[in-house]
Amino acid sequence: MLCRSLEVDGSLRGLRQAHNASVSISNIGVKRMKTERPVNLNLLVFRFPLAAIVSITHRITGVILFAGVAFALYAFDLAVASEQGFVAAKALVAHPLGMFVLLGLIATLTFHIVAGLKHLLMDFHVGDTVEAAFYGSIAVIVLTIVITGAVGVTLW
Amino acid sequence: MVTRVLKFNHSGLSDFMIQRATAMILTPYTFLIMGFFLTTSEMDYGKLVEFFFSLPMQVANSLAMLAIVAHAWIGMWTIGTDYLLEAHAGKHANFIRSAYQVVCLGALFIYLVWAFRLVWQF
Ligand code: HEM
Repeated sequence: MLCRSLEVDGSLRGLRQAHNASVSISNIGVKRMKTERPVNLNLLVFRFPLAAIVSITHRITGVILFAGVAFALYAFDLAVASEQGFVAAKALVAHPLGMFVLLGLIATLTFHIVAGLKHLLMDFHVGDTVEAAFYGSIAVIVLTIVITGAVGVTLW
Repeated sequence: MVTRVLKFNHSGLSDFMIQRATAMILTPYTFLIMGFFLTTSEMDYGKLVEFFFSLPMQVANSLAMLAIVAHAWIGMWTIGTDYLLEAHAGKHANFIRSAYQVVCLGALFIYLVWAFRLVWQF
């Protein structure tokens, strides 16, 4: 009898401890929610699979394009302003630095479109498994290099 | 939490749809422009002007510019609300993010005016 009551008492204590522990865990959760909510964008603690690298590169290319619109408008402005302007614009993109910027923007736009189209396919659940995303990412990189190369060779 | 300082974004879903719709405008537009430069041999001033200042191309350029403004605004806004939070940008994050949004909108406004003046100059 004594033995049994001890047992019951013991298991109850165990239960209470477990309960207290879970209460304090959920308390931490509640506190966290109110004061410092967990942030999942700490880029330094992530290990990046290829699909993630393609995804962040898509974002970076978007920002570069945002600035690149200014270059495109400037070059177009120059080229259509007059005959002399056209010659100057041609010289601009023949200059190594101008060529680098233009080819860089073509590569950037190509990547953004190819990765963007892949993104749209995945919105429709085409190729959104982990494995497909890996091969899709490789396809994005290969296509970008091939298209940029072909365009560059044809233009210059 | 992201405090919305500029209340342009009424619905995330419509932003999502607009970003995709504008992407579907900008992709064929890019093909069109690239196609012109790739298939025109001996490019000169006359060919450039003749192509870009035909009425269909003026309409296409205007449409593309509007698409870029909408697309880039949603895109840049998304990026701002992802990174310019108190956790990353400090306690002035709301101010920094508003300033960032104003700069983005300002640049896009200049792009729009610039492009329309260029497109309809002839
Ligand atoms: C000059 C033209 C363009 C600019 C300045 C631009 C800029 C951007 C920016 C800043 C973003 C946000 C990136 C992010 O949230 O991670 C974005 C997203 C996106 N862009 Fe573009 N873009 C342009 C053209 C295009 C084109 C031609 C396509 C065609 C496929 C495209 C497809 C997309 C898609 C699908 C997204 C959404 C990605 C997401 O929801 O995370 N963009 N763009």
